[in-house]
Amino acid sequence: MSEHASHDLPFWRKYIFSTDHKVIGIQYLITGLLFLLFGFILMLILRWQLAYPGQPLPFIGHLFPESQMIGGIMLPEFYYQLGAMHGTIMVFLGVVPVAVGGFGNFVMPLQIGAPDMAFPKLNMMSYWLYFIGAVIMIASFFVPGGAAQSGWTSYPPLSNIASVGQTFWLVGMAFMINSSLLGSINFITTIIQLRAPGLTFNRLPFFVWAQFVTSFLLLLAFPPLMAASVMQLMDRVAHTSFFMPTGLVVNGALSSVSGGGSPLLWQHLFWFLAHPEVYVLILPAMGIVGEIIACNTRKPLYGYKALVYSVIYIGVLSFVVWAHHMFLTGMGTTMSAFFQVTTMIISIPSVVILTTFVLSLWGGSIRFSVPMLFALAFLPMFGVGGLTGLPLGLATADIHLHDTYYVIGHFHYVVAPGTLFALFAGVYYWFPKATGRMMSDKLGRIHFFLSFIFMNGIFLPMFIMGLAGVSRRLYDPTQFAHNLSTQPLNVVMSISAWLLGLSQIPFIINFFGSIFRGKKVDNNPWKATTLEWTAPSPPPHGNFATEPHVHRGPYEYSVPGAKQDFIPQSAPEGAR
Amino acid sequence: MEKYYGWGLPIDISTHGYGIDRIIHIMHAAMALLFIGWFVFLIYVLFRFRARKHPVAIHDVKHFKFPTIVEVGVAVFEAILLAAFSFPIWVHLHDQLPSKEKALEVRVVAEQFAWNIHYPGRDGVFGRTDAKMMDAANPLGLDKADPAAADDVTTINQMHVPVDKPILAHLSAKDVIHSFYLPVMRIKQDAVPGQSIPVWFQAKATGDFEIACAQLCGLGHYRMKGYFVVDTPDKFDAWFLENEPKLLK
Repeated sequence: MSEHASHDLPFWRKYIFSTDHKVIGIQYLITGLLFLLFGFILMLILRWQLAYPGQPLPFIGHLFPESQMIGGIMLPEFYYQLGAMHGTIMVFLGVVPVAVGGFGNFVMPLQIGAPDMAFPKLNMMSYWLYFIGAVIMIASFFVPGGAAQSGWTSYPPLSNIASVGQTFWLVGMAFMINSSLLGSINFITTIIQLRAPGLTFNRLPFFVWAQFVTSFLLLLAFPPLMAASVMQLMDRVAHTSFFMPTGLVVNGALSSVSGGGSPLLWQHLFWFLAHPEVYVLILPAMGIVGEIIACNTRKPLYGYKALVYSVIYIGVLSFVVWAHHMFLTGMGTTMSAFFQVTTMIISIPSVVILTTFVLSLWGGSIRFSVPMLFALAFLPMFGVGGLTGLPLGLATADIHLHDTYYVIGHFHYVVAPGTLFALFAGVYYWFPKATGRMMSDKLGRIHFFLSFIFMNGIFLPMFIMGLAGVSRRLYDPTQFAHNLSTQPLNVVMSISAWLLGLSQIPFIINFFGSIFRGKKVDNNPWKATTLEWTAPSPPPHGNFATEPHVHRGPYEYSVPGAKQDFIPQSAPEGAR
Repeated sequence: MEKYYGWGLPIDISTHGYGIDRIIHIMHAAMALLFIGWFVFLIYVLFRFRARKHPVAIHDVKHFKFPTIVEVGVAVFEAILLAAFSFPIWVHLHDQLPSKEKALEVRVVAEQFAWNIHYPGRDGVFGRTDAKMMDAANPLGLDKADPAAADDVTTINQMHVPVDKPILAHLSAKDVIHSFYLPVMRIKQDAVPGQSIPVWFQAKATGDFEIACAQLCGLGHYRMKGYFVVDTPDKFDAWFLENEPKLLK
C-alpha cells in the first residue's frame, strides 16, 4: 500500500507525481476536461468552413500559418486534420479519461470503502502514459504535413500513405492504450479485492458496477487495437504490407510494397475495439446518472438487479456487434444477418436501462438540483441517440444512411448530450466531496439550460441532413447538388456550436471559482447513502479514519419509520 | 435539381429503393411513437413527483408489468423488421445478381479522386487490365494488345446507363478505399483496393444525377464527383456509339 504520511511528502510528490487515487482522479478529470475543450474548439473552427465554405475565417483566420489557412481560408489539409483530431481527442483524450480515469479513480475507491487503489504506483503510471500520449497527439499538429488527417478511424491504405502526423497518431494511441490497460487491471483488482467488509457484490453502488464492466471492456478490447496500431506503424515505417494489397497505384505510380495485405483487416481490428469503446463511453455515464437519480428522488433505484444484469449483458454482447460498422464493405448475407441480429439484441438492455431509470422516478420526491437536471436530460438525449442507432443497425437502411450526417447525429446524441451531460452531472455532484465546497447553483442552471438548447441545435439537424443523403467528412458540402437543399442547416448548426462554446463560460468560471469561493459544506451535502459521503470532504490520504463496515444496500432512502430520509450504507445494523 | 433533393429522402428512381425507403419510414414511425410515449411519461412523472408536491418518497414501489410488455414488443418488432424487411432486400441486392445476358456489365474503378467507368463493348468481354500499364492517358491500365479490349469504352466521371435494364457494376479501387454512392439509386457500396465487389441496380426513370464518394479518401474526397446519366435505350445507344473507339467506325 501507499505511504500514509502524505503531509511529509514534498509538493511534487503530493500533487504532481502522486500515487493517491484522488489526486490522480482530479489530474485525469482536469486534463480530460481541458482536452474536451480543446477538441471542441477544433470543431468550432471546422464548423466555419461547413457553414460558409471557402470564405475567410474572420478575426482569427490570419493567425494561422499558410499550411493551414491561406488568407484566412481553410485548406482541406487543415480541415481533415481538425476532423480526425476532434474525434480522437474527444474519445481517447477527453471522455474516457474523464469518465473512467477521473470519476472512476476518484469515486470508485471511496464508494467501496477502500483506502486507495490496489496498485497506486500503477495508477500513477496510467496517468502519465496518458499524458505522454496526449502530448504526442498535440505535438503532431506541428510536424511537417500536420496532424493525422485520415479520420479518427484511420482506415488504411489512406492512413498508410498519409503524412508523418499519422505516425504520431499511432505512437500516441499506443501510449493511450497501455494507459487504459493498466487502469483497467487496477480497477478490476481494486473492486474485487478492496471492498469494505460487508460490501457484497449485490450491495455495490450501480456506479461501481458500471466501472467494473467498463474495465473488462477496456481490458479485452484494447489489445487488438494495440496489435493493429503496431501493424499500421510497421506498414508505415518498415514497409510491411499488413493492410496493403498487391498492385496499388497511388498518384499514378505503382506502389512498391510487396502487397498481399488486407485493408479490411484494420477495420475489423479497429471496430473490435471501437464498438466496445462506445460502451466504455456510455456505461460510466449511466453509472453516474444512476447514483444521482437515486439520491435526488430520495428512493432506491427501481430494478437494481435488472440494471446490473443489463450492464453485464451489454458488456458481453458489445464484443459481437463490431461489424455493423462495416455492412458496406462487401459483406455477404450470412455475416450481415448475424451482425444485424446481435445489434438488434443489444438494443434491448439499453431500453431496459432507460426504462428502469424513468421508473425509478416514480414515487420519488424529486429535487431538481443541478446534477439532477443534467442527469435527467441524459435520459431523453441518450434515448434519441440509442433509437437512431436502430436504423443504422439494419443493414438495408444503412445503405442509405451509412457515412452520412445521420451517423454523426446518432453517436453525438449518445456521447455529447448523453455522456457529456452525465459527466457534467458528476462534476456538480462530487465537487463538494473533492473540495468541501459547493458549485454555484445559479451558474449551474444557466450552464444547463443553454447547453441543452444549443446541443440540440447542433445535433438535431444532422438527422435531417443524413436522411437527405449528405455525407460526412466533406470539406465543401456545396460541391454536390444533393447537399444544397439542407446546406442552410449547416449555418444553424455552426451558430449553435459557437453559442454552445459561449455557454461553457459559466461552467469554467463556476468550476475554478468555486474551488476557492464556493460555499463550504459538510461531508454529506446531498444527504446521500453511499460510502464516499461518510469520508471527510476532501478525504485525506487513506480516505477513512476507520475502515467502514457495510450493513445494507446502496440506496436506502426514505425507509419507512426511519428518523432521516436516508440511511448510510455504513450505519450500524438496526439504525433508524 | 431542386426537384430531386429536398429535406426528406432524395428522389428514388431505383427498382429496389422502395424497400429501403419503406424500412426507414417504418423504423422512424416506430421510433417516434416509442420516444413520444416515453417522453410524455417522463414529463408526467417529473411533474407529479416533484419534491414540492410529493415531499416524502415511497420506499417500496410496486413492480411495473407494462415495461416488460414494451420491451418484449420492441424485441418482436425488431425481429419482424429484420426477417420481413431487412434480410429480403439484402438477399435481393447481394445474392440475386442479374445474369450477364440480361444485365449491362460495367467496371467502376475508383481512384483519388475520380471514377473510371469501363464498359466491355459489343463483345461483352472486358479487355485485360494491368496495374503496370496505368498512366494518365490510360487510367484503367487497359491492355490494347488484348483483342477483347479493342471495343471497350472507358470514361472518367461519366456513367451512362439505360433505363429499365439491370446494371451489374464491379467495384474496385486503385489506391485507397472509396465508396460508390448514388443517392437517387439507394446504392452505396465501398470500393476496396484488392477486391472486386459486385453491385447491381435498375433505374426506372431517366435524368441527370450524381455519383458521390462516401468514404474519406483523401484531400479531394469532397470533390470526387461523377455524373450519373440515366438515358432512354435509344439515347444510351447513341451515346455509346459516339464513345466507341474510332477504329470500329
